[in-house]
Amino acid sequence: MLDKATSKLVKKLVLAVVGMFGFGFMLVPIYDVFCDLTGLNGKTASSAYEAVDVKIDTSRTITVQFIASNNDKMNWAFKPEKTMIKVHPGQAVSTSFFAKNPAAYTMDAQAIPSISPGRAAEYFHKTECFCFNQQTLAAGESLDMPLQFIVDQDLPKSIKTITLSYTLFDVTENKVASSD
Amino acid sequence: MAHGPAKGISRWFLTTNHKDIGALYLWFSFAMFLTGGTFAMIIRAELFQPGLQLIEPNFFNQMTTMHGLIMVFGAIMPAFVGLANYMIPLMIGAPDMALPRMNNLSFWLLPFAFAVLLSSLFMEGGAPNFGWTFYAPLSTTYAPPSVTFFIFGVHIMGISSIMGSINIIATVMNLRAPGMTLMKMPLFVWTWLITAFLLVAVMPVLAGAVTMMLMDIHFGTSFFSAAGGGDPVLFQHIFWFFGHPEVYIIILPGFGVVSEIIPTFSRKPLFGYASMVYATAAIAFLSFIVWAHHMFTVGMPVVGELYFMWATMLIAIPTAAKVFNWITTMFKGSITFETPMLFSIAFVFLFTIGGFTGVMLAIAPADMQYHDSYFVVAHFHYTMVAGAIFSLSAAVYYWLPKWTGRMYNETMGKVHFWVGFIGFNLAFFPQHFVGLAGMPRRIPDYALQFADFNMMSSIGAFIYGASQLLFLYNVIATIRSGKETTDEKTWEGANGLEWTQPSPLPYHTFTTPPEIK
Repeated sequence: MLDKATSKLVKKLVLAVVGMFGFGFMLVPIYDVFCDLTGLNGKTASSAYEAVDVKIDTSRTITVQFIASNNDKMNWAFKPEKTMIKVHPGQAVSTSFFAKNPAAYTMDAQAIPSISPGRAAEYFHKTECFCFNQQTLAAGESLDMPLQFIVDQDLPKSIKTITLSYTLFDVTENKVASSD
Repeated sequence: MAHGPAKGISRWFLTTNHKDIGALYLWFSFAMFLTGGTFAMIIRAELFQPGLQLIEPNFFNQMTTMHGLIMVFGAIMPAFVGLANYMIPLMIGAPDMALPRMNNLSFWLLPFAFAVLLSSLFMEGGAPNFGWTFYAPLSTTYAPPSVTFFIFGVHIMGISSIMGSINIIATVMNLRAPGMTLMKMPLFVWTWLITAFLLVAVMPVLAGAVTMMLMDIHFGTSFFSAAGGGDPVLFQHIFWFFGHPEVYIIILPGFGVVSEIIPTFSRKPLFGYASMVYATAAIAFLSFIVWAHHMFTVGMPVVGELYFMWATMLIAIPTAAKVFNWITTMFKGSITFETPMLFSIAFVFLFTIGGFTGVMLAIAPADMQYHDSYFVVAHFHYTMVAGAIFSLSAAVYYWLPKWTGRMYNETMGKVHFWVGFIGFNLAFFPQHFVGLAGMPRRIPDYALQFADFNMMSSIGAFIYGASQLLFLYNVIATIRSGKETTDEKTWEGANGLEWTQPSPLPYHTFTTPPEIK
């Protein structure tokens, strides 16, 4: 039989092991919160921004560049309508991304945004984005996917160019040729 | 109450004796060492010349992956757990480990864990081929089907080492002989106590990481898949939160071993005992807050790079304190150069080289150049082979006469050392140069300008590999026909409770606790 001191210590250690196993999983939300708060990792908000009425700051012009790329074996045509737009902070801007599904079946896609420099992420507000939802295109169908955004007036003065990159992922569940 | 071991083969399955289990651990880890070594020989044979001669690139990737996994988890870690099992009760005057039955289980899980892992070599699609760091999504979306067996293997061996470390903590905390205060414990016991706490803290995180992989692969979650809102960089953060403490798990017991051996053959007490203990604790603490120095190139903000760079360089301070203490212990000592001492001095010398290259790699802007190059390979082999493996060899020669009651052949021991020392340096020193010149790691083929150094490296690796067969021969020859020695103190300068017991060690020791003055 284990003496009291040993069994007490072992219980504590087992508890520590279970705790650390949980902590491993806790790291997932911890990193998310950390990146949200600091804007690290170039992650933008994943839901629409409520526009607030503010003056447009015409004294500054920010260059916003767009990049579209396909992940791995994604076969869609995917490109921005314009590769570059000059905007004033506070101004609501609309643009779009073109997508076409060349496959012989319906496909679902998810675009994942990333902003560079990462520090700009929290000042880049999207009021509408095709990346908020999965996009579904039937065989051969094409679509201009809308994007509306506002660059915040509080954007640090040192940032003059923001690059918004989208990577398109194939998230089709079952890849069977559609009958219609 | 004292009785001998059970008869026949069942002795090894049923044993709860710490010496039996320690021996099992040591033999098992040596078998894994030869297995992982064979993989290394295949890697070096392919890299002997540029171009593809012997194996397919995919098989090459399987070899680098399995070599890393087997050496880290199958050879070095179990070997130190075996030494801990054998020596800690003897060093603190305990009759056995605190949890002998769990001890049996934690050993016997290992052969199954590694059978599962190695069986993946024979599966369709081959063994894991994504590197021992198994970065997702390479190890999830793009992995061969055998990755599930890899995950299961990591789970089992993780449970084994968690149980092993709980046992060690319980033994050290509760079974010390009366009068053996914490600050009187031999340094090997201290380093293992701290290592065991590291294991308890980070092995569950590793288990969590592979569990997330399992869920991503089979249960439709998206921890590491960007398409589903996950993040591949997250994997690296979680992995290295385990991975960095892991490298100290591998080296700290080695620090403990040389801290026993150097005083013995210098015939002086260890210089700066207390500072050694505090330095070990400081290294262990720092190991938890430096993980992202493995991922300087993922695109961290400058503030992050700077923090991880400085915090990492801070580790050089307690480590240097240890190195200076070992050197000061030898200073003006009456030194003799028996095999364990040769390995220990080589450990101090070569590990320091590995430490220096570590500081070079810690410099974030420089690491942009060194990252994933052969320089990194050279660095961690100088710490893990010249650190962990050399100290393990030293430990075996040091305690073998005590374990078996027979003396090894000193000349043969020295031959093993010198062949190994030359082979090791020939294998790994040129890798610094090719790495700095831009040769990436984990590639089966390379640019022509790296050919000469790679051929040297391969020849050195073959010599080093062959020297391990000498090691095996020496150990077996000692057990079978070594000169019998019944001296309690094999080495005249040795101190510690294990040297108060008869040689060979009886099956049961310290059934009544010794008095510590």
